[in-house]
Amino acid sequence: MKFSEQWLREWVSPQLETQAIADQITMAGLEVDTIESVAAAFSGVVVAEVLSKEKHPDADKLNVCTVDDGSGEPVQVVCGAPNVDVGQKIPFAQVGGVLPGDFKIKKAKLRGVESRGMICSASELGLEEEASPGILVLSSSATVGVDFREFMHLNDMTFEVDLTPNRGDCLSIKGIAREVGVLNRLPVNGPVIAPVVAEVEDSFAVSIEAPEQCPRYIGRVIKGVNVKAETPLWMVERLRRSGVRSIDPVVDITNYVMLELGQPMHAFDRHNLQEGIVVRMAKPGEWLTLLDGSDMALRPETLIIADSSGPLAMAGVMGGENSGVNENTQTIFLESAFFTPLAIAGQARSYGLHTDASHRFERGVDPQLTPVAVERATQLLIDICGGQAGPLVEAQSAEHMPAERAIFLRSERLEKALSKALDSDDVTDILQRLGLEVSVQDAGWAVTAPSWRFDLAIEEDLIEEVARIHGYNNLPVRRPAARLALRSADEATLTLARLRCQMVARGFQEAITYSFVAPELQATMLPDAVSPALANPISADLSVMRASLFPGLVRAMEYNLNRQQTRVRLFETGLVFNGELDALSQVPMLGALVCGAREAEGWSDAKGRVDFYDLKGDLESVLALGGDADAWRFEPAEHPALHPGQCAQLQHRGEPAGWIGTLHPQVRATLGLKMDAVLFEVRLDALSQGRIPAFEPLSRFPEVRRDLAFILKEATPVQALLDCAKQQAGEYLQDIKLFDVYSGKGVAEEHKSIALGLTWQHPSRTLNDEEINQLVDSIVTQVRVKLDAELRG
Amino acid sequence: MDHLPTLVSEARDAIQAAQSVAALDELRVRYLGKKGEVTALLKGLGKLSAEERPVAGERINQAKQTLADEIDAKRQQLESAALNARLAAESIDVTLPGRGQAEGGLHPVTRTLERIEGLFTRIGYDVAVGPEIEDDYHNFEALNIPAHHPARGMADTFYFDATRLLRTHTSPVQVRTMKGSEPPIRIVCPGRVYRSDSDLTHTPMFHQVEGLLVDEGVSFADLKGTIEDFLQAFFERDDLSVRFRPSYFPFTEPSAEVDIQCVMCSGAGCRVCSHSGWLEVMGCGMVHPEVFRHSGIDTERYTGFAFGMGAERLAMLRYGVNDLRLFFENDLRFLRQFA
Repeated sequence: MKFSEQWLREWVSPQLETQAIADQITMAGLEVDTIESVAAAFSGVVVAEVLSKEKHPDADKLNVCTVDDGSGEPVQVVCGAPNVDVGQKIPFAQVGGVLPGDFKIKKAKLRGVESRGMICSASELGLEEEASPGILVLSSSATVGVDFREFMHLNDMTFEVDLTPNRGDCLSIKGIAREVGVLNRLPVNGPVIAPVVAEVEDSFAVSIEAPEQCPRYIGRVIKGVNVKAETPLWMVERLRRSGVRSIDPVVDITNYVMLELGQPMHAFDRHNLQEGIVVRMAKPGEWLTLLDGSDMALRPETLIIADSSGPLAMAGVMGGENSGVNENTQTIFLESAFFTPLAIAGQARSYGLHTDASHRFERGVDPQLTPVAVERATQLLIDICGGQAGPLVEAQSAEHMPAERAIFLRSERLEKALSKALDSDDVTDILQRLGLEVSVQDAGWAVTAPSWRFDLAIEEDLIEEVARIHGYNNLPVRRPAARLALRSADEATLTLARLRCQMVARGFQEAITYSFVAPELQATMLPDAVSPALANPISADLSVMRASLFPGLVRAMEYNLNRQQTRVRLFETGLVFNGELDALSQVPMLGALVCGAREAEGWSDAKGRVDFYDLKGDLESVLALGGDADAWRFEPAEHPALHPGQCAQLQHRGEPAGWIGTLHPQVRATLGLKMDAVLFEVRLDALSQGRIPAFEPLSRFPEVRRDLAFILKEATPVQALLDCAKQQAGEYLQDIKLFDVYSGKGVAEEHKSIALGLTWQHPSRTLNDEEINQLVDSIVTQVRVKLDAELRG
Repeated sequence: MDHLPTLVSEARDAIQAAQSVAALDELRVRYLGKKGEVTALLKGLGKLSAEERPVAGERINQAKQTLADEIDAKRQQLESAALNARLAAESIDVTLPGRGQAEGGLHPVTRTLERIEGLFTRIGYDVAVGPEIEDDYHNFEALNIPAHHPARGMADTFYFDATRLLRTHTSPVQVRTMKGSEPPIRIVCPGRVYRSDSDLTHTPMFHQVEGLLVDEGVSFADLKGTIEDFLQAFFERDDLSVRFRPSYFPFTEPSAEVDIQCVMCSGAGCRVCSHSGWLEVMGCGMVHPEVFRHSGIDTERYTGFAFGMGAERLAMLRYGVNDLRLFFENDLRFLRQFA
């Protein structure tokens, strides 16, 4: 809601500076976004009269005029505007004046003719954004010599108030003034609005077929209207200061009444109406061409204004193109109606529309305003465009009018809610000034909400009103008290913070990528993934939900590689989305990506690029955090985004829980990535399952260690060897270490040598060589049988 | 016997001239060992008379002691020189960078979320989380935002179909928590939220922390106290001015927007606060009875408050970040600044 301070002050004028008014209403919940001067800075412009006009001797489009600017001497000025004429009152910038944009007016010669000043257009004075076609012509009653800013009351400010959806009652000067009146305990005085006496019999039938949606509809015929009349400058200015452009007098008047009182109105050309207005729901298959030229297929839940020929307007949203006022209109049918918020709510948006009318109706327009607004508009129309009014035609369904809302505010509840006992008289006063009917009772206040406050229905609404007017910042402050109840904490579960911490300790930076990704990217990396797609994405690049953390991490890597960051170590935690909407899983994951050098560039350490085992080591450090690393296994498997020979599925207690691998070269090529990358992602629920430590007594007896090297086929996974060894090593095996992997000279082709160090220890005695030898034999035998592998000679 | 002084003198020269511990050991054997030259003199004492014997024995033993002392002194000297030489040889440039630095760090948003969670969990709030793809009921209906309510226009919602959407706030988590537990309830709900808005000051995804406290006798004063404490703790400014402005959220009543004195200019007015001296940082209010009703909480017995804030906004103010979009570009040069 935009409005001018002067307009407000006509209704109510507290002894406060502009900024203080803004602060006051802001702190009452009507947030003032901006305060701007209604006109750009300019000076030295006065009202003047054109005394003479002659053609410029050397220029077709220029006139040489003399003007009376009140200085006593006629001033000669060259003017290029086509509409300049003798006898006009015009804004005249005198020599020495400064126009918006710091444009200084100096004595000048135009094609040899002296010009001392400038006759201004509205745009040159900053009163119109678009360049005006000609000079601004003022009313003939303007007094020559008066400063133009004074004449136009331009020393005025425009307030822009950002209203919350509950305060539809403030979408007018009347509403804002009411609020300012309450806050300052001042009476509010609007213009006197008297019924216009009908001068003609002309009338037009109105009937309501959808009383629930439209309980009240008032119309009036006004004959002999001159639609070519000019909207008076004061009205144009008020509209402008409220951010509304002047169109024609009829539209301007309905807009003006809407801004002044809050009632959206519509004017039809009576001659385009057939047989009587019907307010009804649209019928299937009906169409309407709106004022903005768009064709709408109407849906049955849309309330319309129709006549016997069909739809005329979308009720409370926008009029139709064919029934509106045009330049030939002589008789107007003026509409002022009460459409219920529920009937209009969502309608405009569902057609992709948002109008000043729909904005107000969906928030609630005072149903008592319907006849007042039509009288106000009639009077303005007759004043400006002439014409004769017919009688008011009203259709109303009393039973569908909003019921009176009686609410009881308990004083005990009010005190508890605010932790403060407010003076009872103050509360009564606040409620009354807000327009509520108040009956003070022992236990509190029985009130009836005013017709314009659709947001007041329950006790809490009144508590808020009292708190708001009393001032939130005048209410007490205290700290909540609570019982210090200890709760058990699950020790075995790792916190997300702990997991993140470990990734950070391993040299990873945390990334946060969007949860929606480009469908092509996801299809390239996860061709089989099914994840929900947004119906209204912000762009195609962000239109499907990620089924994995991989796409986002790869994009983040690419972003950094493109910025000379060649060593990337990123991790992210967040949900991934899998499945159709009806069978959707939203699973929290930890994902990571590495690429580039193994170590940050330095003087000493191992050079070379990261590979699978680097990231696997990082991952294993996370898996070990919960003290239950044995619950995890890496199984060779295939994933469409990962290199088939360098990819493992993670299993947690036998259940798939994630993936690790090198980015598939084909995927890398498709995505045009400059470097190889290794990635993993693991389900957080599995990652966070640790165990509570269980102490085992320390043995006082010596450990026995045996080192065994086996020759395995290249394709045999080491895990199989470890499993086999563990299985045969007996219950006193303490540890098994893999300390060497070798292939090359001395080992047959397509084979590898794997060296294991096994350590045994008995809790209560010394193990003898014989037992150990038996265990070793059993391992060697099993490995031979199961894995076709021999002890290295 | 008579050549004892000569022998001692020779030996002393030899000891002083020794270049190594090994050479010293040789001299010890040569003079003081079992077959050593001084030891031999002692063996010759038997040839002397009983009167001469004690005197001569005394002299030889003295000489022996002298040489032993000298050898020990020389040994210490040599060992110390050897140690010094070794230390000198082993000295390194301690200003060279260390090996294997792992420079990681948390995202500034996570850092902020964890900090906020920490402030609240320390006084007895729990952390609650929930799904990001929500349904209309939990994101709107249960929060007193029925279909067609103008407040639905306040947040531009990403939809999947008529009823499923990306949550526009973390409030659905509050609804789910209230349905599943009995008061007293004290939770904070951090998480990703989504609104279809993208420009200089909006990203289609951002993070919120919402809080909820439900108990008997909770009042607006408790809300004000909690918010003031929180903001002063978060910005580590005991004197930070906080003001509450009436506002509107369908799920709270009374509702308030919370402004703090601008942390950039201390209220003097600057670009960040649009020269107002105040910064809008969060929204809050008393839980609306309709929300309690949806969650099956007795509105006569219990009252509560809720609040919500944007993590990116607070991170920007706390760390002076001037461009929201940086948070989701994941530029390492940006991320490393928050390690």
